[in-house]
Amino acid sequence: MSGMTLIVKTITRLLASLIILFGVYLVLHGHLTPGGGFAGGVIIAAGFVLLTLAFGKKLPLSKLSEKAASIFESVGALIFLGVALLGFVGGYFFLNLLPKGTPFKILSAGIIPVCNIGIGLKVGTALFAVFVALIVLRIRSR
Amino acid sequence: MIEFSLLLIFMIIGAIIAVEIKSLLSSVIALGVVGFALCLIFFILRAPDVAITQIIVEIVVLVILIRATGAKRDLTEVKGGIKEKFALATTILFLVVFSIFSIWAFCDLPKFGVPLMEVSKSYITDGLRKTGAANLVASVLLDYRAYDTLGEATVLFTAVIGAIAILRRKGRKKIDERDDTDS
Repeated sequence: MSGMTLIVKTITRLLASLIILFGVYLVLHGHLTPGGGFAGGVIIAAGFVLLTLAFGKKLPLSKLSEKAASIFESVGALIFLGVALLGFVGGYFFLNLLPKGTPFKILSAGIIPVCNIGIGLKVGTALFAVFVALIVLRIRSR
Repeated sequence: MIEFSLLLIFMIIGAIIAVEIKSLLSSVIALGVVGFALCLIFFILRAPDVAITQIIVEIVVLVILIRATGAKRDLTEVKGGIKEKFALATTILFLVVFSIFSIWAFCDLPKFGVPLMEVSKSYITDGLRKTGAANLVASVLLDYRAYDTLGEATVLFTAVIGAIAILRRKGRKKIDERDDTDS
């Protein structure tokens, strides 16, 4: 698996950063526009999957190694759970502690953007880790 | 509503092809057809959040299925005996009975989308004021029904831990190493 042809590599070089940027946009604007943490995270993972398919396993794993992916995944899950547990300060699980702000602005809706960032981080790195585990680490003795 | 029927017939044909075709690669592609038609249905129903999630998950799953599971190999054909004929007859009987009773039951359902339920009415009127999120889907997912999202995140976390733990390189046997349980 050393990558595909020159055409695929050129197109991927142009597109991959835009795909990942769109994923980040979906995660950050999850409380304003359609999208959210899960969809944005999967798009980020799809960008890395595209890099893996086009350039082989070396390039994406040098940007985001398997161990780093698994650490990021745990951090995302802990952000989400931590925000949920933080609600106990004011009373109950998942209480919206932070100020609401003005609607339709990026800094609004209290804990929802924080949860979106946590879920996006978690889903993106988790799907990439599964893809790496299935493709790169597969048994070579076939 | 005619486009729903067309898309549903399209999905059913795709699913039947996915089950019946011999080549594993064609089967995976036919499964993708079902997913993309479902995405179109979500768009027509004006649910862009679900449609985005559906189409992107479908693409990633297709790539993983084609590239990672070795879908280029062909299936070995299973010879059907009397047992398979019995199973087919049972399935058809069940489907006929189920369709008769479901048509009977669905005649009494209210029209699609009306009347609005109590709970969703309160989400639509109070959602923006109570949570401050302009996207009501996000306010339901991460505020009103955040427990469900936490459970879903836990499911994904467990699945990834399982996949990495099974496929990791450290615990793998060497090629010529013998199984201890044989001796």
